[in-house]
Amino acid sequence: MKSAGFSLRRLKALCWKETLQIFRDPSSNLIAFGLPMVMMFIYGFGLNLDSSRLRIGVLDEAMGTESHGFSAALQASPSLEVHRYETRDELAQDLVDSQIRGFVIIPPDFSRRVKNPADTAPVQVVTDGSEPNTAHFVEAYVNGIWQTWQLQRSEDRGEKLEPEIVMTPRYWFNPSADSRNFLIPGSITVIMTVIGALLTSLVVAREWERGTMEALLASPVTRAELMLSKVLPYYALGMFSLLLCVATAHWLLKVPFRADLLALIVVGTFFLLSVLGIGLAISTATRNQFNAAQAALNAAFLPATMLSGFIYEISSMPAPIRAFTHVIPARYFVSAIQTLFQAGSLWHVLWPDIFALIISAAFFLGLTARLTRRRMD
Amino acid sequence: MSFFLRIRSLVIKELQSLFGDPSSRALLIMPVILQTILFPWAATMEVKNASMAIYNRDLGVASTELVQRFTSGAAFTDIVVVHSEAEMADAIETRRAMLAISIPDDFSQKLAIGETSPIQVLLDGRRSNGAQIAFGYLQEILEIYLKDRAESAGHHLPSELVVRHWFNKNLDYQHFILPNLVAIITTIGSLVLTALSVAREREQGTFDQLMVSPLNPEMVMIGKAVPAMIVAFFQATIILCAAVFLYHVPFRGSLFLLYTGMFFYSLSLVGIGLLISSLSSTQQQAFLGAFSFMMPAIMLSGFAAPVENMPYWLQVATWPNPIRHFVEIVKGVFLKDAPPDRVIALLFPLVVISIFTLGSAAIMFRRKTT
Amino acid sequence: MSEVVVSFENVTKTFPGMESPALDAVSGEFRTGLITGLAGPDGAGKTTLLRLVAGLMEPDSGTVRTLGFDPFADSAAIRGDVGYMPQKFGLYEDLSVQENLNLHADLRHVIGEARRESFERLLEFTDLKAFTDRLAGKLSGGMKQKLGLACALLGEPKLLLLDEPGVGVDPISRRELWRMVEDLVDRGIAVVWSTAYLDEAELCGTTLVLNEGTKLFSGTPAEISDPLKGRCFHLRQPGEGKRRLLTDALLRPEVTDGTIQGHNLRLTFRPSTKPFEPDEIGAGSEANWSPVKPRFEDAFIDMLGGGPPGESPLTARTEAIPLDGKTVIEARGLTKKFGNFTATDHVDFDVKRGEIFGLLGPNGAGKSTTFKMMCGLLVPTEGTATVVGLDLRHSASQARQRLGYMAQKFSLYGNLTVVQNLVFFAGIYGLHGKRQRERIEDMTEIFHLEPFLITPTESLSLGYKQRLALACSLMHGPDILFLDEPTSGVDPVTRREFWTHINGLVERGVTIMVTTHFMDEAEYCDRIGLVFRGQLIANGTPDELKQSVADDSNPDPTMEDAFVSLVTRREEAATET
Repeated sequence: MKSAGFSLRRLKALCWKETLQIFRDPSSNLIAFGLPMVMMFIYGFGLNLDSSRLRIGVLDEAMGTESHGFSAALQASPSLEVHRYETRDELAQDLVDSQIRGFVIIPPDFSRRVKNPADTAPVQVVTDGSEPNTAHFVEAYVNGIWQTWQLQRSEDRGEKLEPEIVMTPRYWFNPSADSRNFLIPGSITVIMTVIGALLTSLVVAREWERGTMEALLASPVTRAELMLSKVLPYYALGMFSLLLCVATAHWLLKVPFRADLLALIVVGTFFLLSVLGIGLAISTATRNQFNAAQAALNAAFLPATMLSGFIYEISSMPAPIRAFTHVIPARYFVSAIQTLFQAGSLWHVLWPDIFALIISAAFFLGLTARLTRRRMD
Repeated sequence: MSFFLRIRSLVIKELQSLFGDPSSRALLIMPVILQTILFPWAATMEVKNASMAIYNRDLGVASTELVQRFTSGAAFTDIVVVHSEAEMADAIETRRAMLAISIPDDFSQKLAIGETSPIQVLLDGRRSNGAQIAFGYLQEILEIYLKDRAESAGHHLPSELVVRHWFNKNLDYQHFILPNLVAIITTIGSLVLTALSVAREREQGTFDQLMVSPLNPEMVMIGKAVPAMIVAFFQATIILCAAVFLYHVPFRGSLFLLYTGMFFYSLSLVGIGLLISSLSSTQQQAFLGAFSFMMPAIMLSGFAAPVENMPYWLQVATWPNPIRHFVEIVKGVFLKDAPPDRVIALLFPLVVISIFTLGSAAIMFRRKTT
Repeated sequence: MSEVVVSFENVTKTFPGMESPALDAVSGEFRTGLITGLAGPDGAGKTTLLRLVAGLMEPDSGTVRTLGFDPFADSAAIRGDVGYMPQKFGLYEDLSVQENLNLHADLRHVIGEARRESFERLLEFTDLKAFTDRLAGKLSGGMKQKLGLACALLGEPKLLLLDEPGVGVDPISRRELWRMVEDLVDRGIAVVWSTAYLDEAELCGTTLVLNEGTKLFSGTPAEISDPLKGRCFHLRQPGEGKRRLLTDALLRPEVTDGTIQGHNLRLTFRPSTKPFEPDEIGAGSEANWSPVKPRFEDAFIDMLGGGPPGESPLTARTEAIPLDGKTVIEARGLTKKFGNFTATDHVDFDVKRGEIFGLLGPNGAGKSTTFKMMCGLLVPTEGTATVVGLDLRHSASQARQRLGYMAQKFSLYGNLTVVQNLVFFAGIYGLHGKRQRERIEDMTEIFHLEPFLITPTESLSLGYKQRLALACSLMHGPDILFLDEPTSGVDPVTRREFWTHINGLVERGVTIMVTTHFMDEAEYCDRIGLVFRGQLIANGTPDELKQSVADDSNPDPTMEDAFVSLVTRREEAATET
């Protein structure tokens, strides 16, 4: 019986067909090669959570030497771009117009009160709360400058005003605390999800819509061959994109990559298999490109962006959502790839994530296998 | 007269096919509701329920009190007590703790004799943003502690910072995220819709049917634009209501200005959608094309990270991105009660983008039929 | 010598959501040594039966044996020996001819010397040798069909199942395919050919006729049409007004079915009745009856209880347009170039008011390009296309208001209901308020759409979809109607009804331009333009075209004969020079 059982030749032929189709469709090329590069550079240059140079306004109503000293200190800071204002109205207006992200007002009685040992002179700081992250930075930067200024002032006057307790932060991994160093690895997760789930969500549905599935089913192809022929080429494509992204991140965007290739391949493999599983399961179940695309967008892409811990801390989410993130494979990949980039191949750190990814890959591929039928109805 | 009646026929047809069958109706509404429920909770830069490891070698009163203050807030609910430097590092590595505090054994002693006592804080650099914010919380707690100590000892600091956050008193992250969501979710809905609907008509052959009718390409475009804009308004209104009534984000500005902004924004989106669909021949191409536009555009809109943090050339390059301008409008009107002249300044780019994209789409449509 | 390879007994299959079963207790067998036709209209259950035989589905009840196995349970056992060509041929359009063949060869383990030989033989056989590098999506309909067949033939199947291989394919390609398949039968392969076209079924060695899931008949075409012997006649030289004459003839109780064939009428009479005197319906003095051989189609219509009535209610509801003899559609030096390929090459023709003009031609000959330029969907590279004296390029909107258009593929909004579609088309053609309501009521009544008004259009049967499409295109009372392969895949009864409506419209002065692959539709036309390689190679009445190819060996050629020999002649002339 020539047709029974698994055949490597058939599998190879099907994989080759799939590969040709990938390379011949402009839109899949765009998604597989164009978009990852664009996204890498956007995350590399565009997304920066560390405010580098914040624009703030300063209104010195005191006009004394003390107040002058403080506003000069603000102006000297490399992390602030200070604009001087004449009236409070102007400040308020520019804050509303987002021209500045905060302002400092030194009240008229500042010089007098600061010299009075029994008094504490207030300095008003107002931030733009519509950008909470930036507002935190404004507060922190102004606070830092203010403390240094105060210390300096005391020293100049021969007073001892050293803080009693100093907290010194030290970053374990990513010593420069550059947000790019965790955003770029995280963004690879989103890119892999797009290739793995969004692209494959269309491929099985397309075969049903165009009637080619019927011709395949009438040939001696087995279920395993059919499924593997969808998994393997897209796995290869995803792996290629992953290596391309990591290489771009490492050499062009200068994000340190500290792990070895083996760890990357192991982690990448199981994550790719999970998202391929999601995409193929959706595609196999819907048999309709329009619905498959919409479903993939909502079931794979959005959770990978919002709920994977790539931008937003999972631990800060409410308990029900936190529980929900456990079924999102992207969550484990984000955690693993951040470790790979920043920390290296720490197998004892990686194994829980790898284990979770193996389970989710097995689940989604198993689901696809269950849904794959060698029949038309 | 006849012009408007014909367009009305197109619009009604489009709305019927969008809302007519349950599955496409569900696709228009369900994701919006789901996202409105999930994202305001998920998308937060605040640090809550974070984990902290503490390695306290000092047994004095001061360190005990300080540790107590550190652990009593809402930020850190998961405290891991460790007993060595190695354990500390391990807690960070395995993500059992986001940061770890190390208090030396002579801490209380030094404090007592007025020497500066150091506390070392180890942060997980893989999550530098969260860790940085968490560290900020610690710093705040420490400052209050020091101030309390100074005051109880009768000392006064010469000056102090009085910080106030305008527009969002407690820097509640949901006040930031919900106005953003109005822009983002509307984008996904109306862009995918316009991009796909023309491609679908082309695949189904109904597009030719329209082309042989007395309608001209501009009328067909208006017929596609209006329903997509209606859907955009509809989805935006859902999120707006959720923001105000469920999440209690105060709406400070003028609804009229907001909807004026929405009008021009959806117009520019529709222009982009139509341009994409006039360039693609299949639904797959239209969908992937819309997606390839949307993903970078959302990322560069100031939603995930502020536009002003980008390098200057990229800030300029994001000018044609309509999402960027609309995000500003919504946040401005919603939270800051932005005045009309500010909104008009932001509308200007949207009008230019609309004219450009709708114009090119119209040219492409004419060319496609020749 | 003839061996039974497939047998099925009482096979029933119901799909969820369908009221009646797709197949209802159907029994039969397929043998080697002949082509088995599987005939019946859309929705008859042909595809379901083929899929059951190929093991792609499991029957709800009944048994199927394919090559001695249960095809569903032992699917692995039969796969290698069954060749199956699905509708639309199942080709990967983004792969080349050779790549499609390679894939199917690998899938069926055709390797080594056998593979080389198979490719050689199949490419020779299908005449695709020169096109191995071309993408399947860029092939013409006929070539796709041959490639589909070649793919299904790899691995030397014992049973070949072809699902509607003739749809959208011109007569020449169909004849070629037929010859290939006969060749296969001679080599001992059992072939099943499913079709909605009864003239195809007529050529088969034996035929199984299905209708709405049940078996209507099985046997040889002769057995099927025998009972009609002596009941079919041609009315020759009936004189002027053949459409009116057909209507009147169909109104007579003894006539069960009738069609127009060029200048003649072809009528079927009730058993044991005699043809009436031609002058009773006002035929000319030279009119005379001549008996003709009954066809499969006659028998099929007879089995369903005769054709539709001859009078279209549309006639009374259409405003009469005075027949002024003016030219309403005119093509002058019409040319369309796509890059350096000339799809339409200086085509001239004109159509007078109240005429039916048919555009015929092989796949890819430029027929649809010409048609699209005439109705304004494409702008000509050179030359002009005028409709009612208006250039479609300049006064497009005004001209388009006067024309109706019905596309090749069903192209109404599938997710809208019937009434929503009607309202929409009325609306975009500027009908509102009371006029709109009245017109929609008219259309609903004429096309019997009442029971389906709130049904989503996509769940209508093909016949009703096609009725609705005609209703939508007539909503605004156009004086010119463009029909692009209007009855593709539709059963003969519905097709008759369709032409009754068209005849009714023409009676009132509406001008029709139609493209078609159906030779019997071509017979309804007043004049036919035959397009080949972008040029108009013949233009005349159906009888003129038939006459032009008549010779001693074939004194009474059919329309199909005329088509084939005109095209072949031209082709030969081109290769000689």
